[in-house]
Amino acid sequence: MNALISAENLSVYRNNSAILDNVSLDVAPADFLTIIGPNGAGKTTLLRCLAGVIRPDKGTIHRQPSLRTSYIPQRMTAETSLPMDVKSFLKLNTAADGNEVEDAAEETDITALLHRSIHVLSGGEWQRVLLARSLINKPDLIILDEPAQNLDLSGQLKFYEQLSRIHNERKIALVMVSHDLHMVLASTRKVVCLYHHVCCSGEPTAVTKDPEFIQLFGQDMARMMAVYQHDHDHDHHHDDHHNCHETEIRT
Amino acid sequence: MIDSFILMALIAGIGIAIVTGIMGCFVVWRRMAYFGDSLAHSAMLGIAIGIGFGIGVSTGILLICSAFAMVLFWLQQKGILATDTLLGILAHGALSSGVVLISISGLTVDLHALLFGDILTVTGSDLLVIGGGGALVLLTIFLVWPRLVLMTLSEDLASAEGINIFWMRLVFLLLMTLVVAVSVRIVGILLITSMLIIPAATARPFARRPETMALLAVIIGIIGVMSGIALSLSVDTPTGPSIVLILSVMFALGIMASGLFERLRLS
Repeated sequence: MNALISAENLSVYRNNSAILDNVSLDVAPADFLTIIGPNGAGKTTLLRCLAGVIRPDKGTIHRQPSLRTSYIPQRMTAETSLPMDVKSFLKLNTAADGNEVEDAAEETDITALLHRSIHVLSGGEWQRVLLARSLINKPDLIILDEPAQNLDLSGQLKFYEQLSRIHNERKIALVMVSHDLHMVLASTRKVVCLYHHVCCSGEPTAVTKDPEFIQLFGQDMARMMAVYQHDHDHDHHHDDHHNCHETEIRT
Repeated sequence: MIDSFILMALIAGIGIAIVTGIMGCFVVWRRMAYFGDSLAHSAMLGIAIGIGFGIGVSTGILLICSAFAMVLFWLQQKGILATDTLLGILAHGALSSGVVLISISGLTVDLHALLFGDILTVTGSDLLVIGGGGALVLLTIFLVWPRLVLMTLSEDLASAEGINIFWMRLVFLLLMTLVVAVSVRIVGILLITSMLIIPAATARPFARRPETMALLAVIIGIIGVMSGIALSLSVDTPTGPSIVLILSVMFALGIMASGLFERLRLS
């Protein structure tokens, strides 16, 4: 098996209830995998297990030897008594020289932020700074927890475009939690629907037709996703922008 | 010509200021002021045991403070009571048993000197302890600096990037123990925390990077120690409190100046 990470039968318990219940998951090289699921489904817990931040109570995680993983948490709140500018943050414990920092900053569009204090960054700026730090670490796998939740719609589009480009150009595997279902379906290759256990997984189109997905997200959501998929194809073939916009607003 | 006891006091004080200036930054960043205070209180038991069993004050403090850190570590894992409650119980339990032990054993110990420090009676062997312990702390900090700073910023990022949080915490606790052990003679049990946090806190508004803050804290600490000793000698006041008084004044001036500093930078 040549999976980057292979998680087998992970279980995590808090207060006697299972947050993760027998979850198995493989991440192959250059995968683009999105984990979806309702609030409290254990998505963040699963990511933290994969990233090595927490240890599961049961189950095993096999990592490829010398696998370089990078984790982008949902929120960053830095202790204000610790003075730090963005540039020093990018260099901290990364062994990067000035050029590498400049390149990563340019790629993630944060060159203007390099000399700013990390304590004044907005949520969206933090995400891009963390992405730059990831790139500097030259990872095989980036794990992102709802990376676009603090961004407006155009910011989201731009961020996912950036991610797609990084994924395509550098062949970095991505595992991400996201609530932006329309974005997920447009950019990702594989979706895992999680509700403490893996409800269903596979191609985005297949997942939206799965009975468990429909049960979790409701018939309306499933139908809407299907409609969006249809419109999206439509858009490609006939260049029908109007249709596409309308659906986006509804989602 | 400076008397040799003043020279020794100055060397000891500057050595302590270098170590506490750097470690103090981590105490401030990691919000461990109360931990430092508790660790220092527990040193009383270490002193009692060190003198009582004839193994030396520094060894006694190292033993007891390490045990203190381990017990705290263990109780924290149980997770029923908040850390500050545990710290309060452990600290005052150790402090009281230390005082009781000293009085039972009938040893003649200058409690006042233990609580507030006695830098002017520093001996050559004290200097060796400060030099050796201080060098060990500085070397370790230098080696783990990027990892420790990153972990202080975000434990999640650090562990995802392969840093072993458990070992780093342990290393940090042991370093704190060493710092307390080497500083007790100089500033006393009650004032160690001020040597740790006041220089770091004074430096904060003027620093934009962690390294600058640590360097500034060291400089501020050295100025505080030298002026404190000078004050103590000229008007015959206790030295430890004199040093802390000077540091507090520097903090107040620094806070006022930093407002001006910000305004100049903005304009």
